[in-house]
Amino acid sequence: MSEDIEIETKNLNLWYGDKQALKNINMKIPEEKVTAVIGPSGCGKSTLIRCFNRMNDIIDCCRVKGTILIDGKDIYNKKMDVVELRKNVGMVFQKPNPFPKSIYENIAYAPRIHGLKNKKKLNKAVEKCLKQAFIWDEVKDRLGDSAKSLSGGQQQRLCIARALAVEPEILLMDEPCSALDPIATAKIEELIRYLSKEYTVVIVTHNMQQAARVSDYTAYMYIGELIEFGKTKQIFENPYEESTENYITGRFG
Amino acid sequence: MKHTMFSLKKFDYKKIRNIKDKTVRKILLGFGLTAVIFIILILAFLLMEGLPFFFNGDSIDFFTGDVWDPSSPNIPRYGILPMVLGTFLVTLGAIVIAVPIGVGCSIYLAEIAHPKIRETLKPVIEILAGIPSVVYGFFALVVLSAWIDDFFHSTTRLNALTGSIMLAVMMLPIIISLSEDAIRSVPREMKEASLALGLTKWDTIRGVVIPAALSGITAAIILGVARAIGETMTVLMATGNAPVISFDMLTSMRTMTATIAVEMGEVPFGSIHYHALFAVGIVLFVITFVINFIADKVMKRFREKY
Repeated sequence: MSEDIEIETKNLNLWYGDKQALKNINMKIPEEKVTAVIGPSGCGKSTLIRCFNRMNDIIDCCRVKGTILIDGKDIYNKKMDVVELRKNVGMVFQKPNPFPKSIYENIAYAPRIHGLKNKKKLNKAVEKCLKQAFIWDEVKDRLGDSAKSLSGGQQQRLCIARALAVEPEILLMDEPCSALDPIATAKIEELIRYLSKEYTVVIVTHNMQQAARVSDYTAYMYIGELIEFGKTKQIFENPYEESTENYITGRFG
Repeated sequence: MKHTMFSLKKFDYKKIRNIKDKTVRKILLGFGLTAVIFIILILAFLLMEGLPFFFNGDSIDFFTGDVWDPSSPNIPRYGILPMVLGTFLVTLGAIVIAVPIGVGCSIYLAEIAHPKIRETLKPVIEILAGIPSVVYGFFALVVLSAWIDDFFHSTTRLNALTGSIMLAVMMLPIIISLSEDAIRSVPREMKEASLALGLTKWDTIRGVVIPAALSGITAAIILGVARAIGETMTVLMATGNAPVISFDMLTSMRTMTATIAVEMGEVPFGSIHYHALFAVGIVLFVITFVINFIADKVMKRFREKY
């Protein structure tokens, strides 16, 4: 691997109460590529990417041990500013979860709080994000409408636009298409490919075809362990581990 | 044997089941109707006793007159305005005090407090709702009025402010309990989305949680207000009971409910005064009905949301 490394985990362990959800994860996620995390339900895929923006912090019984370096900085260091980290590491969730605000406000809310007060600049930023998320043409005439009036697929693209609005370097996606129909899914996948030119994307999915279609690298997890990590082509065509092959060929999971 | 099984007509289980089912349904329908019947009866009684006033008494003076003096030896006056104003001011004062505290407390309980603290605090707050209003009234009469006297040097110990503060305390459990439910029903994913944008907890509460829970919070406030308007014993004991028109919160006032409670005991049955008190009751009924109606509409909107 010759690419620059964006996220690196070293001996990452995580517990929910007594239950260990992640076991000794060591992986290096390259910059400006799409990395897919696959594996059967409950294997810790979502838990893993929720470590990258410390979203697990808000779960009371959750304990993390080990190191995660993002741009070489240890994000679980006590001096780490979680707010800054999350600005840098955006996240898109499984279910589209727009705020109960207008389409415009959904995008503008975070940048405004982060200090972008100039109305013109804010309008430009909103337009840019909506264009980046391929949704501008569908909503440009109705920016004042409630975000809830959009379809599920549109809502999800709005949520992606919202995440882009704070100008992150990394975009985490937690099964972003699982609540969407095939057409909306195709649009999001196209968007993911496009975004990988500028962003490091880590996507959790349990749709293997999706992983094969959108990702450059694939990580296969099983019961809290990282079984195999490599180029997507290699993982899908010629996995080293038997477990990976069994999962990919649909023998379980 | 097979043949006999189906010809055993002695016990027709299907029929018995049907009869049972129908009987239970009818009984439950009866219980359901009782509540409706009670409301209709109360309304009918109220109208029956109150409407004669509008036929025999001075209806215009009732709605526009500023003097309530039913026992005057010269011309008894039945102007409802002083009491409407009294109810309005005392309730408004209670809202001003109870809404910030109540909403703030519910935000704390739902979003900030450790689960253990919430588990202890919430039942304690709900106990407040179970204290008899006469106890609140007594507290206002003896303790609170003395404090207010010390603090404001008011001319009367019992005044609108005393009533407002006491009513605010009585509204709090309703506002806190219902707003907390509304805030807690905001989906976790929505809060996570906000935090994931690098917004602080406070930004998230202010910009996402409260707007999402707003209709629930509004309904909670409206129900609290309905409670305050209908409350009788506490305001009767706390506000000093002077039916005067004044906008000074430190003067004695009298609410519609207190008027009915105080005077009903001494009024000659069937007199104009008697009917006037029921007319006050009708006005009160209409006000609380409208408030409940609004609360219901707001709540419905809130339920449709997620």
